[in-house]
Amino acid sequence: MMPYVVREALRAFRRTPLLAGLSAGMIGLSLFLVGLFGIAAYNIRRVLERVESRVEVIAYLRDDAIAELVTTAQQQIGEYPEVREVIYITKEAALLKARRELPEFETLFGGLDANPLPASLEVMMRPNQSGPEAVEAVAARIRQYPFVDDVRYGSEWLDKVYLLRRVAGTATVVLGISFALVASLIIGAAIRMAIYARRDEIAIMRLVGATEDFVRRPFLIEGLLTGLGGGVLALGVTWLAFAIISRSVFRLEFMPGTWTLIGVIAGSGLGVLASAVAVRRHLHEV
Amino acid sequence: MIKLINVHKEYAKGGSALNGVSFELRKGEFCFLTGHSGAGKSTIMRLIHMADHPSSGEVRVAGYRSSTIKPREIAHLRRKIGYVFQDFRLLTDRTASANIGFALEVTGARPAVIRTKVGRLLAQVGLAAKSEALPAELSGGEQQRVAVARALANDPLVLLADEPTGNLDERATWGIFDLFREINVSGTAVLLATHNLDLVRRNPGMRVIEIDHGNIVFDSAANGGG
Repeated sequence: MMPYVVREALRAFRRTPLLAGLSAGMIGLSLFLVGLFGIAAYNIRRVLERVESRVEVIAYLRDDAIAELVTTAQQQIGEYPEVREVIYITKEAALLKARRELPEFETLFGGLDANPLPASLEVMMRPNQSGPEAVEAVAARIRQYPFVDDVRYGSEWLDKVYLLRRVAGTATVVLGISFALVASLIIGAAIRMAIYARRDEIAIMRLVGATEDFVRRPFLIEGLLTGLGGGVLALGVTWLAFAIISRSVFRLEFMPGTWTLIGVIAGSGLGVLASAVAVRRHLHEV
Repeated sequence: MIKLINVHKEYAKGGSALNGVSFELRKGEFCFLTGHSGAGKSTIMRLIHMADHPSSGEVRVAGYRSSTIKPREIAHLRRKIGYVFQDFRLLTDRTASANIGFALEVTGARPAVIRTKVGRLLAQVGLAAKSEALPAELSGGEQQRVAVARALANDPLVLLADEPTGNLDERATWGIFDLFREINVSGTAVLLATHNLDLVRRNPGMRVIEIDHGNIVFDSAANGGG
């Protein structure tokens, strides 16, 4: 035999299926939007992880730099906590590299009287220390060396990728909260209607000695099931959208399992919370 | 077991329902509460059920006091009080057995216990053959019997009946009254609010409290009767 509270919660769905569907749909929509932005945020993060592993700061050296001082600087920079490795590229090595990587300019390189390329220090960042702040801090310290002519680290595009991640993250939170509020209002209305529809039953429950907790429980279960339904719905629709975009626009990765689990749990929690508020506000009215 | 001590009840909008009512109902006692409509009978019932609180004075029921009872204790007190109304107050979408079982279900009784007890209660009120009937398929007297069975579900110490025969014909009235007598004989106190003086007259040995304009104007126990 099904427990009373679950039976009563399911009875409420049968009684007002449209409202129950609307409530679950609203939670589903809010979580779907959160899911879409979540996928965007997750994929941007994955891109950043890959980019971060290749982030490097290049310090171009003056032609009159003394080799011993450069070697000392290479050692000192290599000891920075943010730095993984420092490679010293001499002028000759730079030219060789350019010839190897840019064979189409071989004629140009061959006709040169002097080597125009500067020596440089290529500074590789540690993967977890590749954020704009860390890279800028390292670049600033390297700039202090008197024999350093210029420091490059592609700050603009790095900043833009990070900005994009922040925008996606903020949009996820703002949209999620906005739609969650609307969903809460609809669930609240559904629970209020359920309370009024069951007012005779509630009166009899109180008459025969049911505790207020017992009276509340079916409504909370109703909210939980609504939220759970919305969460599962959102998961399905998000997966569908992901599959379509991934096949027809560009290849994406779906969110990790823990994110989706958190989403479904958040939906259920939202349902319970909205019900609890509605029950607290309206149960004493009947 | 039930004691009202100088109970006053005033309405929020003004006017008074009870003006210093005091009486005691002992364990296993049968008592009529009579008076015209609006005399204060239902107010007394509601105060005993702790559905309302006295403006002053105190109501004591089964060890609980209206002045100190906590909200969550009220639910537990009500399991010791059966309550029957004139309009039956059954759930119209549930069968007779489901209506009775409901009173047990909300107190957390196990399904097996509910089944056994509902069967026994239906037999006690003479409706064993109509356990699966909906209220609309039952006569007024039968509906009231279901309501009485529901009121007895949690083995109450007292049965409060507020004009229980008000909607019934004479035959059904006496049937229900006989049921109350049987319940009382088995040890449950009965407080029966009624303006049906015929019931009272035909049971001369029983205690009668008469209320008028919120005052007790007659108590057969205090006058050496009952």
